[in-house]
Amino acid sequence: MEPFDLTLIWAGIIAFGVIMYVLMDGFDLGVGILFPLAPDEESRDLMMNSVAPVWDGNETWLVLGGAGLLAAFPMVYTIMLPALYIGVFLMLAGLIFRGIAFEFRFKANRSRYLWNIAFAGGSTVAAFAQGVVVGKYIEGIQVADGVFVGGPLDFLTPFTVLTGLGLVAGYALLGSTWTIMKTEGTTQAWAYRITPWLLGAVLAVFLLISIWTPSIDPAAYERWFSTIHVIWVLPALALFCAWKIWRSVRQGREGVPFVATMGMFVFTYLGLLVSKWPYVVPPDITLYDAASAWESQLFLLLGLLFVLPFVLIYTAWTYWVFRGKVRAGDGYH
Amino acid sequence: MELDPVLISRIQFAFVVSFHAIFPVFTIGLASFIAFLETLAFRTGNPIYTRLSKFWIKVFAVVFGMGVVSGIVMSFQFGTNWSNFAQATANFMGPVLSYEVVTAFFLEAAFLGILLFGRNKVPAGVYLFASFMVAIGTFISSFWILSANSWMHTPAGTEMENGMHQVVSWSAAIFNDSFWYRFAHMGLASFLTGSFVVAAVSAWFLLKGREVEANRRALSMCLWLLLIIAPAQLWVGDLHGLNTLEHQPTKVAAMEGNWETSGNVPLLLFAWPDQEAQTNHFEVGIPGLASLILKHDVEGEVPGISAVPRDEQPPVAIVFWSFRVMVGLGMLMIAFAVAGLLLRPGGRYWQKRWFLKGLVPMGVAPFIAVLAGWFVTEIGRVPWLVYGQMTQAEGVTPSLSGGVALFSLIGYMLVYAVVFTAGVYYLTRLFEAGLEADDAEQAHDDAERPKRPFSAAHVPLESTGGQA
Repeated sequence: MEPFDLTLIWAGIIAFGVIMYVLMDGFDLGVGILFPLAPDEESRDLMMNSVAPVWDGNETWLVLGGAGLLAAFPMVYTIMLPALYIGVFLMLAGLIFRGIAFEFRFKANRSRYLWNIAFAGGSTVAAFAQGVVVGKYIEGIQVADGVFVGGPLDFLTPFTVLTGLGLVAGYALLGSTWTIMKTEGTTQAWAYRITPWLLGAVLAVFLLISIWTPSIDPAAYERWFSTIHVIWVLPALALFCAWKIWRSVRQGREGVPFVATMGMFVFTYLGLLVSKWPYVVPPDITLYDAASAWESQLFLLLGLLFVLPFVLIYTAWTYWVFRGKVRAGDGYH
Repeated sequence: MELDPVLISRIQFAFVVSFHAIFPVFTIGLASFIAFLETLAFRTGNPIYTRLSKFWIKVFAVVFGMGVVSGIVMSFQFGTNWSNFAQATANFMGPVLSYEVVTAFFLEAAFLGILLFGRNKVPAGVYLFASFMVAIGTFISSFWILSANSWMHTPAGTEMENGMHQVVSWSAAIFNDSFWYRFAHMGLASFLTGSFVVAAVSAWFLLKGREVEANRRALSMCLWLLLIIAPAQLWVGDLHGLNTLEHQPTKVAAMEGNWETSGNVPLLLFAWPDQEAQTNHFEVGIPGLASLILKHDVEGEVPGISAVPRDEQPPVAIVFWSFRVMVGLGMLMIAFAVAGLLLRPGGRYWQKRWFLKGLVPMGVAPFIAVLAGWFVTEIGRVPWLVYGQMTQAEGVTPSLSGGVALFSLIGYMLVYAVVFTAGVYYLTRLFEAGLEADDAEQAHDDAERPKRPFSAAHVPLESTGGQA
């Protein structure tokens, strides 16, 4: 009845959607996280405008993640969201405030500082909450009979706080390297200055997480230190990207730091997936346990294969339309 | 007192979905209006249409932004508060909602970026194309979400297997029995909303004597459209009601305030439904009219609420009154549309101050009517989540406590209170700045180019208070 393994294909699609979201909304959340540190109001204008035409599309990947999980792995959706109830609320509240700040900040003068706070605070809270989700995923979730049975504050542990801070730093790094790429003058100089510090913070958190994880998740320790050695290429590549960021910033390159940051995210992310495979709700539920009906996976896949290329093409096209440096006084109407 | 997570989750869902719904119901209509204006501008080259379009795009940007952020919330509600429901229906709901994202949301988001920021960055034809893509995206979105909603009212094409609905016929499930009625009813409602808001704002400008030529044209376009769609909505609404009578008779009984199944049922103009006593107080009605409308026969038998046990009855008073609010406002809309026609000769529709003054508050009417209509259909199906198959109590998240649900409910209320206040505040400033703001921008542009801040609606609307 099931001629090919759709669940595996869907795991690939969801994994792709998640990393698309992390990279794309990552840099525009990062711009928000860095807002309070920006040298002046004009830099903030520039930074915000560098992401204004695309942030909405970037956030759509999050909605796709939610809907796609419900479609392909409903059990992940129906366990993770109740388990992270309060965290999800905080993330959504953060996304709301930073989202409306795009429109309202430019209409305000006297109250502009309030929208700066909304943009920065909302972005930071949303990033932190997403990092907490990653931490909770590593820690595992208390499940019985396919439903979440833990308490409402289970999601908040020292480990998840650390992963939350790690993602804030990571998004900030994406934001600063994006700013290097999209701006010039004082704004860019400032972004060059802070990038090595952010890189240091990210590496420090990653190091802590790597040391801490084996005590939380022995299976991951097993995987890394006993069986498959080829996977060590992933952290090696991530570190290479980190070095590349540091070096390209010193060389004053404009595009490379951002690309290298994305690379660092991708390899770290793949490393995380490798640690957990094939569990989607650790410690017990695999992607096959969580999968929806074969017919449903197929019905959506057929449409997706047709539509997704168009989505990627016109998304790429909008980035191309708004390519190059943002400048004060660009003719936006 | 024990906090009931089911009740609080219901209130929360009603709150976040109502708050969300008012934005798309406006932007669906407005997106088409903008695409229409852009088409006129493209074909005639008349700058008046570009001016109008630029102004309404700014309004669109604010409203759409609020719609997007409140919409992201919706995609997580099923999981956080209704996880049992989500699990049971995932095989249908998941693909349908995902199709909405990939066929509509990405389209809207990408081309909205062009619409808001790309006028000078892409050729005119491409810009026009982008305005159409945004408009089409809003429609595709409503198609999928209304299919999902309709399926919950009239489930079809699925079979229960191991506690989950398995889809056996996608076409039967997507195009379920109430879908086309709901889609048509909501599509018209969106155009009504867009038209009345544009008409109200244009009327307000005309009353102030501002930009008379442009606003007269906008008002004229709206009134022509309303003349067709306001009566059409009455007809479609009637068909939708007859469809509901077939599938959800108890809801129709509540709408009519009819407790006992009988013939010759009056159309109640006023009544105070008493759930406890299962009867009405202070009834004022037109004899036989409800039977006539629903069965096309004065003696026709209309179902009664008491036909189902009390624990399967919806709260009658809310449904009854919401229905009257919706229909009453609908009639008022038709009256304005007809008055607009009668005032055509000699262009009195844009000169008669009483008519313009009447139109201004009508800008709010469609929002109230739409929410009232959704109250009717959603409260009218209580206690069912999937009609006849799953109750709200069965669908709620098992781990959710009343206290935590209350925390998030209060949280959303506070967040949305801020969002809404700010949104309304900046919209009023936008209206005050008017079409003329565009000229100010141009002048400002030339004089002070490097300093100008920019967004879709980028002239600072507050007094500058001494800063540049």
